[in-house]
Amino acid sequence: MGHGPAVKLGKDDAAGFKTSLGVKMFLGYTFFYALFVLLNVYYPKSMEAIVFGQTAAVVWGFSLIILAFIMAIIYNHFCTQAEKRYNS
Amino acid sequence: MIYTQSPLAIGLFIFFVLFVLGLSFYLARRTSSAEGYYAAGGNIHWMTNGIAFAGDYLSAASFLGICGMIATSGYDGWMYSIGYLGGWVVALFLVAEPMKRLGKFTFTDALDAKFNSKSIQLMAAISTLLVSIFYLIPQMVGAGVLVQPLMGLPHWVGVCIVGVVVTLIVATAGMASTTYVQFFKGAMLLIVSTILVVMVLFRGLSTSPENDGKPYHDFTTLYADSALVLEDSSYRVIAGLDSNFGKEGFVKLERNGRETIWQLHASDNGYRLEETLYTTRLNDGTRLYNGSPAEEGHFFPIGHIKELRVGGEEVTATGPLGPFSFLSTLTESTIVLWGTKYVPDAYGITTIYYQKPTPGSQILRPGLRFKVDNSTPMEKFNFISLMLALFCGTAALPHILIRYYTVPSQAAARKSTIVAIAGIGFFYLLTLFMGMGAMTNGVINLMDNNMSAPLLALSFGVFLFAIISSLAFATVLGTVSGLIVASSGAIAHDLLDNFLGLKMNDRVKVRAGKISAIVVGAIAIYLGIVFEGMNVSFLVGWAFAVAASANLPAILMLLFWSKTTARGVAASITVGLFSSLGLILLSPDMWLRYGKLPADAPIQFNSPALISIPLAFLALVVISLLTQKDVNIGHATEPSSN
Repeated sequence: MGHGPAVKLGKDDAAGFKTSLGVKMFLGYTFFYALFVLLNVYYPKSMEAIVFGQTAAVVWGFSLIILAFIMAIIYNHFCTQAEKRYNS
Repeated sequence: MIYTQSPLAIGLFIFFVLFVLGLSFYLARRTSSAEGYYAAGGNIHWMTNGIAFAGDYLSAASFLGICGMIATSGYDGWMYSIGYLGGWVVALFLVAEPMKRLGKFTFTDALDAKFNSKSIQLMAAISTLLVSIFYLIPQMVGAGVLVQPLMGLPHWVGVCIVGVVVTLIVATAGMASTTYVQFFKGAMLLIVSTILVVMVLFRGLSTSPENDGKPYHDFTTLYADSALVLEDSSYRVIAGLDSNFGKEGFVKLERNGRETIWQLHASDNGYRLEETLYTTRLNDGTRLYNGSPAEEGHFFPIGHIKELRVGGEEVTATGPLGPFSFLSTLTESTIVLWGTKYVPDAYGITTIYYQKPTPGSQILRPGLRFKVDNSTPMEKFNFISLMLALFCGTAALPHILIRYYTVPSQAAARKSTIVAIAGIGFFYLLTLFMGMGAMTNGVINLMDNNMSAPLLALSFGVFLFAIISSLAFATVLGTVSGLIVASSGAIAHDLLDNFLGLKMNDRVKVRAGKISAIVVGAIAIYLGIVFEGMNVSFLVGWAFAVAASANLPAILMLLFWSKTTARGVAASITVGLFSSLGLILLSPDMWLRYGKLPADAPIQFNSPALISIPLAFLALVVISLLTQKDVNIGHATEPSSN
């Protein structure tokens, strides 16, 4: 039907593993993001608490941004391992 | 506000634009195939693509809009940063690799890979077009905002320059040049923003901010007795307690022929009067700034700390600060924010900007723009809906998704997303410092907060300002290029080639793409002029809501639910697209655009995602279940022509 990737991709036997890992990690991050949004909506005062000299809101913001990066590194590590294991 | 143009700024700006154009023309010579035009031949290195992602994504909305919103509303502006970055998690964990596996040139290819359905081709192409155009509006508005201080040109000229330059770029080279322009620009933006933040921290905080050697405006406080007789007799009251101003808590005074407006605060033995800024639109359409025409320069930039505290002690300046002590000092201090009031009288409408001293601990938590304290269920709904749209929107933006086709493999798609998360996340951390820096360094233009970050750079001298503004302009150029490639792909590849079945060879297909690019460019120029003055990040919030509603449910269900059918996907896109657009058109903010009162709008929330995303999911599930038979009897769900 004329559709296919822009470049020819090799067979990827690790796709199943990567998909299931991706879903789990997505749910993990979504939990923290949703908790942050709901705390803002239902307990906004909790965001004004001072933690390490900063407002809780600032600590949450930094944590969510840094957490995304750390989880991305972990995900890549396991995906690369799986690709080596399944595709070799 | 009136800005003085510097030859250096103009020179650097022209250099940047010519450099970007030169790069495009150079790369254009290498682009002749459709793969080359739409997907850069699929051979871009993941690191380059990752930074280009950052370049694509850190659009005018991030650099101008978020910094501007933080500068005037504090933490609530940063909420956009947190939400936008969260969206990349969805892109990485759920969408990156499958998109790479399924598609060829466009987002429609990926959705349609399994079905080859006419209705998917049509709806996905329409959705790509509408989302891209929605996203184009804030970029064009951003361009118009930038050329005013930089080149001294009116808003519409900026919009036209971007429109013409970008259309030239795209019509000549396509995705390869767009990618390298974005790579260059993304990297430069990260470097220069870091330099700006380091300079802000090195300067520290002060109650009398310096602005490139110019003294900050000295705000005066006057005192009057209960009959409004002023202690300083050089002032004369011209609109007192009984006037329209008085009823809103303000008075108009005159001194040496100049009129000023003051906010009244009742005190023990009379009144304390605090200086305000104001603009007036006279009945004949003339605009006055602090009582005189703009050229006289009486409307000054603002942004200062009222009480600066370090470790409980009140000080006038801190000296250099580390990033965390910068934020903790602001948390302890009291900063002057600005409220807005509209007062009509016989001569026209006056907009008054009055001082609102606010504790830093309240500025560095949500609540100044989004009402979260004692909020009504509708306000809670609006907030959750916006955060949902930001979270779901990234992985559904066609101009981001097409970037997955420029890399050679799924692992490269994944790695480039991680580079993007690192670059974008780091930049979003910087936005908090740039925004709060603008808030406290006396650089904010109250009539248009979009320019806060470049004006913060101007407070360090014209060189940094020129670089930052040119980069911001290049940012707009790059993002608009990406959007126009995505739109032209939707028209030429999805609609003409696939949907209408016009058998086009590679040459014709590329030419069709280029003609589409010119048409979309013209539409973008028009919309950029119409939407002048709206915060660009706010506008992008809408684009995210439309993308998240129209595209994400279809992408996710296609990947994770085996019963998804072609009709289900098409229904989901249709419902998501039109419900989100419909709700936006009926929203209070659009009512204001129509010249009506926001309270009269049929719905009372601005962010549609919390309704339109579930509706799109529901449509997909219901229609897919109803059309299972088509699949079970072994036919494609719809007839195919190719």
